[in-house]
Amino acid sequence: MRRASRVLAASAVGLSLLLTACGSDSDPADPTTPDTSVAATDGATTDPAATDGAAAAGGEIVIRGCTPENPLVPGNTSETCGGDMVDAKTAKLVEYDTETSDPIMDIAESIESDDNVTFTVKLKEGYLFHDGTEVKAHNFVDAWNYTAAYDNGQAGAYFMSVIKGAYEMAEEGSTTTELEGLNVVDDYTFTIETTGPVGNLPVRLGYSAFAPMPDSFFEDPAAFEDAPIGAGPFKFESKSTTEYVFSKFADYSGENVANVDQLTFRIYTDPAAAYADVVANNLDYTNEIPADVLVGEQYKADLPDRNLERESLRFTTMVFSPNDPQLADNVDLRRSISMAIDRQLIIDQIYNGTYTAAHGWAPKVVAGANDTACGEWCDFDPEAAKALYDEAGGYDGTLTITTNGDGAHKEWTEAVCNSIKNTLDVECIVNLTVDFATYNQQIDNNEIMGLFRSGWQGDYPSLENFLAPIYGTGADSNWSQYSNQAFDDKLAEANAADTTEAADALYAEAEDMLGEDLPTAPLWYPRSIVGFSDRVENVQINAFGVLDFSAISVKQ
Amino acid sequence: MGTYVLRRVLQMIPVIIGTTFLIYWMVFSLGDPTVGRCGERPCPEAYVARIHQEYNLDKPLPEQYVRYMAKVAQGDLGTSFNGNEVIDQLGDRWPVTLKLATIAIVFEAIIGIAAGLLAGLRRRSFWDSLVFVSTLVIISIPSFVLGSVAQMVFGVQLSWFPVTATQGTWEQLLLPGFVLGSLSMAYIARLTRNSLSENLSADYVRTAKAKGLSSGRVVGVHTFRNSLIPVVTFIGADFGALMGGALVTERIFNIPGIGGYIFHSITTKDATAVVGTITLLVLVFLLMNLIVDLLYGALDPRIAHE
Repeated sequence: MRRASRVLAASAVGLSLLLTACGSDSDPADPTTPDTSVAATDGATTDPAATDGAAAAGGEIVIRGCTPENPLVPGNTSETCGGDMVDAKTAKLVEYDTETSDPIMDIAESIESDDNVTFTVKLKEGYLFHDGTEVKAHNFVDAWNYTAAYDNGQAGAYFMSVIKGAYEMAEEGSTTTELEGLNVVDDYTFTIETTGPVGNLPVRLGYSAFAPMPDSFFEDPAAFEDAPIGAGPFKFESKSTTEYVFSKFADYSGENVANVDQLTFRIYTDPAAAYADVVANNLDYTNEIPADVLVGEQYKADLPDRNLERESLRFTTMVFSPNDPQLADNVDLRRSISMAIDRQLIIDQIYNGTYTAAHGWAPKVVAGANDTACGEWCDFDPEAAKALYDEAGGYDGTLTITTNGDGAHKEWTEAVCNSIKNTLDVECIVNLTVDFATYNQQIDNNEIMGLFRSGWQGDYPSLENFLAPIYGTGADSNWSQYSNQAFDDKLAEANAADTTEAADALYAEAEDMLGEDLPTAPLWYPRSIVGFSDRVENVQINAFGVLDFSAISVKQ
Repeated sequence: MGTYVLRRVLQMIPVIIGTTFLIYWMVFSLGDPTVGRCGERPCPEAYVARIHQEYNLDKPLPEQYVRYMAKVAQGDLGTSFNGNEVIDQLGDRWPVTLKLATIAIVFEAIIGIAAGLLAGLRRRSFWDSLVFVSTLVIISIPSFVLGSVAQMVFGVQLSWFPVTATQGTWEQLLLPGFVLGSLSMAYIARLTRNSLSENLSADYVRTAKAKGLSSGRVVGVHTFRNSLIPVVTFIGADFGALMGGALVTERIFNIPGIGGYIFHSITTKDATAVVGTITLLVLVFLLMNLIVDLLYGALDPRIAHE
């Protein structure tokens, strides 16, 4: 009750904070604009003496890193500590524009298909790995086969499931080592056959699990793990308990030529220590601002003109437990609960207004997403919520909201709980599990009742990635166990569409169906906030919240 | 003396087996380490199967433990999920933790004993009260507050000390060492003071004074040495504990030591690293205890190890 009254009292202040936060998005003091980024790359490649806002090449920077949980093999990296380093060292068929997230051909010359099932990939000639060998078609095919093979047990095997033959290979005990859908035509051409129409395949191919691997990897994977090789702008130099060092790859073949000569990831166990080092200018960049300095926007005082924020491909929802018959069978009850959550107030109170309240199931930064599918059910309306709640028969017993206790989730889930409690006059308690692993286990075992938290980080900037893996019938991350034939059909139809625009429109129609059925209550889209030292400029982050390692440069 | 040491070493064997089995059981049987490793989606079956096979998780617990201990006996503490050898990590990290512990011990011993002497010799004086109040303040501040404040004030704002100790050099470890040693320093000061004041009113001191010995000799030889027995026990135990790394201090100052390693390994469910490190810590702790027990004999002739 105490929290709730505090929340209400501060609502007016919260609103103004939110407006400020939105305003700072296009702040003129922001050192990064798309224009300088283009100039920066051009300046480095064609005219080193370029001035007038172009970044100067050279210098060394040290940025925050954390110990990778897996070896730096792209197909086996499933978390951001290793993922950031993999991003710096690999080049993929396509990359995403830092600002717009649009896919751009990188190693690929073209990716074409007549039917969205068979794709012909043509590679640029002369694209080099760090060991000097050329990237050829078989480097892709072999890498994907390796990732998909059961015996290799790679964490990224999921991403291959779109290719024909992957399902069979993922089955227990499978000894197949080659994906049926991949075929090398010549050194610079290969074909991909998918399990069904997949219109957005080119967009998906920008994910690091689809990176090519050099021949040396297949000869000796253990040696590769000690000194990983890619075709990206940075090459691996050394690793120790305290840092992972990468240097600019002199023979890099792509467009994102690095500005700095050396990029060091210094390992920090606690983001707060990294933040203190950035404030003291001992560290050039941190991708995590500790929660205690987000409060009252303390970080803006600590790092004036040295912070940056942008929308990201992340999404937080509350899942209505499919095991709870009261919720699973009563859409009006789910709607009333969703309407009872004052998203904006919680964002203002806990995230200082930096997050964006959700009105759909995908953030607007995703191409084709319009963030309207949830409609009125995502608008806080206490009277309507209460009326609908009573009409739906109410919730019998105590409503629980479950989340893992080892993340920073306790505060906001309590706020959501209080919001529901105060609006609907229903008992609500937060149930914390010991850790994320236990939490996942309980979801898997169908032990959780009531509501539970779910987060999603987009793998690639496509609306499909926010729908199919989470709400498709039987999908891997379908915690709500949502199953709707019309929805699945609509996704299939979108996958088969001829143009991206047509596909996006159909995906949006599928998203609208979620608005009808409300298997989850969308909450908000988190934003990425980063800080940097006064030594560096041209700091840009992409929609994944990852630094543009090539664009960042040292001030001269 | 020799038989005493031998007996103690033999006693260690069941302790080592018991503790390592408990640790292994607690870490590996409480939840599957592959759960939650693939973000918001479940890990592929093949990945889970590979990890289970690599770490013998598909076998019964006693067999897992025996296989693990057989490797440990050969000096192989296992490999983490990210391909790092636990033994290499400890080799890199132990010197840093040792440096940090040394700074903390030197700091707490010198300042602590000096303050204790000052207070003990001038009981109920201004100095006694000063030591009492200042140690009370230090004891009541949690170490994460002390660490964060010291980092903010002396590191970020005044720039007297490095903000973090990422490379683990002596210079970088100075401030974290003070922070780490401060709590024990307060205890040592109080321990020394109480022990000294108790001994000063003991019968043998009165006898020594009655015999006409100089007060310097009474305090320096007869009282001070005896008073140090509980202090030495404390410092020994403290050093053993510090060798296990200081979770909080190492986190705040980003020190690449054992404490940070354990913390990181626990949060990322890197079970091999946790078990390997703690197994080695058990050995260190037992050894430190033995050394402290042997030191007693040197300090106090009444305690002899036949």
